[in-house]
Amino acid sequence: MASEPREYLRIERLPHVWCPGCGHGMITHALACAMAELELDPKQTAVIGGIGCSGRTAFLFDMDSMHTTHGRAVVFATGLKLVRPALTIVLALGDGDAIGIGGNHFIHACRRNLDLTAIIYNNAIYGQTGGQVAPTTPPAKKSTTSPYGNLEHPFDIARLAIAAGATYVARTTSFDFADMVKFIKRGIQHKGFSVIEVLTHCPTYYGRLNDLRDPYEMLHTIKEQTVPIEEWDQLSEEERAGKIVIGELHRQVRPEFVESYYRLIAQMQRLQENSVDGH
Amino acid sequence: MREQELVQGNEACARGAIYAGCRFFAGYPITPSSEIMEYLARELPKVGGICLQMEDEIASLSAVIGASWGGAKAMTATSGPGFSLMQENIGYAAITETPCVIVDAQRAGPSTGQPTKASQGDVMQARWGTHGDHPIIVLTASWVREVFEMTVHAFNLSERYRVPVILLLDEVLAHLRENVVLPEPGELDVISRRHPERLENFKPFFDETMVTFGEGGRLMVTGMSHDEFGFPAQGKKAAEQLQRILKKIESRAEELAIYRAHYLDDADAVIVSYGITSRAVEESVRVLRAEGLAVGWLDLKTLWPFPEKLIRSCTEHAQYVLVPELNAGQLVREVERAVGGRVLVEHLGRLDGYLITPEEIAARVYDRVECLKGA
Ligand SMILES: Cc1ncc(C[n+]2csc(CCOP(=O)(O)OP(=O)(O)O)c2C)c(N)n1
Ligand code: SF4
Repeated sequence: MASEPREYLRIERLPHVWCPGCGHGMITHALACAMAELELDPKQTAVIGGIGCSGRTAFLFDMDSMHTTHGRAVVFATGLKLVRPALTIVLALGDGDAIGIGGNHFIHACRRNLDLTAIIYNNAIYGQTGGQVAPTTPPAKKSTTSPYGNLEHPFDIARLAIAAGATYVARTTSFDFADMVKFIKRGIQHKGFSVIEVLTHCPTYYGRLNDLRDPYEMLHTIKEQTVPIEEWDQLSEEERAGKIVIGELHRQVRPEFVESYYRLIAQMQRLQENSVDGH
Repeated sequence: MREQELVQGNEACARGAIYAGCRFFAGYPITPSSEIMEYLARELPKVGGICLQMEDEIASLSAVIGASWGGAKAMTATSGPGFSLMQENIGYAAITETPCVIVDAQRAGPSTGQPTKASQGDVMQARWGTHGDHPIIVLTASWVREVFEMTVHAFNLSERYRVPVILLLDEVLAHLRENVVLPEPGELDVISRRHPERLENFKPFFDETMVTFGEGGRLMVTGMSHDEFGFPAQGKKAAEQLQRILKKIESRAEELAIYRAHYLDDADAVIVSYGITSRAVEESVRVLRAEGLAVGWLDLKTLWPFPEKLIRSCTEHAQYVLVPELNAGQLVREVERAVGGRVLVEHLGRLDGYLITPEEIAARVYDRVECLKGA
């Protein structure tokens, strides 16, 4: 067991590849803190990343880790979790990774409800490939492939996850460090598919292309757009416009898939034994 | 004596998988392979295994790779359209040296093609479908019992060498029912992956030993070019690692070659065939031999790595080589390359979804041999 955040990290692999000022490091730090506070056994914990700046998180944790293919991390984890139910598996996904190319896998993972914890590093842009538009880019915002402003309507990841059947859904920002740690911990403790969406900043692309070059300023801009769920309920439709609700948004108890499958196996094997005994 | 039973090709594949120790299957329905998943959905839970229907074939192979790193022998099965979707992760399995078996019951393509007529059109895709140089083993089968045996063999090779193995079937063989006596437990060898003796200082990407998740190995698995510890590497190191995994399979081409050789000693004409087409060849060879023609037959089970030396030695004294296959000419090019212009090599293909008949093969060989005599 380890209980210091740094004990969960491959310190010798630092520095990481992220740009100065990038929010991804803050989320990674929060994940390490959550693991330490839960005193997770690193031998029974795994981090699985997709492809993107965010997916690089997998290289930083000193435990079994996998850096998969773009959008597919959640399905690699599905296979792994089913054959190794004792593993605690955390997914580090970009917004493009999770709900762009991986959107289909993501909604099905929510529906299946395996005991996995997905942290979505939502920077509203494709960071790794140089700042292209993402399915989360807000209307009118610029990216290298929406040079005149985004014409598309974005996904709301947390609401998508709830609608698709995820059983723990929380949203916060990289500004709210304590909440990140708290929600990640609760997500890991929750038995079922947990989604923690973190609104974060990519100063290099999103910031530069949208007049928010300063990471600190960007962080504040994101924070200012958000409203805690406790206050959200009191706001009128007009007051909610342009705002994003954060906090613990959804919690539900529903059969967890790995347990259901192992119950089926036990049942089938009992039947087999009985029929052998009967001979 | 065990009794004969009527078994379908797909069922033989599924039963072969369980026999080989497969305990994880993930797939997406597609004719003509669906019966494999249907059988395993019924039978795997009884032996403690897991069968999942996924959202698509990309997910199927992703889950299989995840399960393999969890320590399970794992498989997926599909047909052309799904096989195309799997190419991305075939490359991932190859570079991460992940044991897994991929069954492709071929149907006539491209795209949706002729659902669902038989084809042997995925031979080159099985070898080169994913991007970049990569190792792969591709096996095929012609009879229902052979489907069972080749499935077991596919697992054995995959686990032994840590390489994805593709088993090419086709619509006719997948759906064919034959009276067979399937192997009893213990009759065929079942090989499992090798574990390193100790965890300290072991290199996860160095040889064919493998440690899986949850054992405390602090593994790093990535599709990026990596060093022997699994961390990203470029340049010379990346090249060395790629050479190692390529050589692991290519250097064993002759030892991996499974084939049946018939009447090759005195053959003037040699037929090289594989898969479903071999059944027609068998009959045509019988007819031609009865006619007094010195015809030999090389029936390949291993398509990749291509058994080049075997082809060369089997055609050394021949004057004519025919490669019948249900495509517009795929394996024939490899045969030509191996023969190196010494002998006339011809292709006999069909694209209408019907099988090549013994008569077509016999007529072609007969004509050519007569011609060559005349020359
Ligand atoms: C199949 C495939 N298509 C495209 C890419 C290129 N690619 C790499 S990362 C990425 C997007 C990354 O954006 P996101 O997932 O939001 O993560 P971020 O880099 O912003 O953390 C893309 C398109 C790829 N690796 N694989
Ligand atoms: S490109 Fe953006 S997301 Fe990627 S490391 Fe740099 S700041 Fe972070």
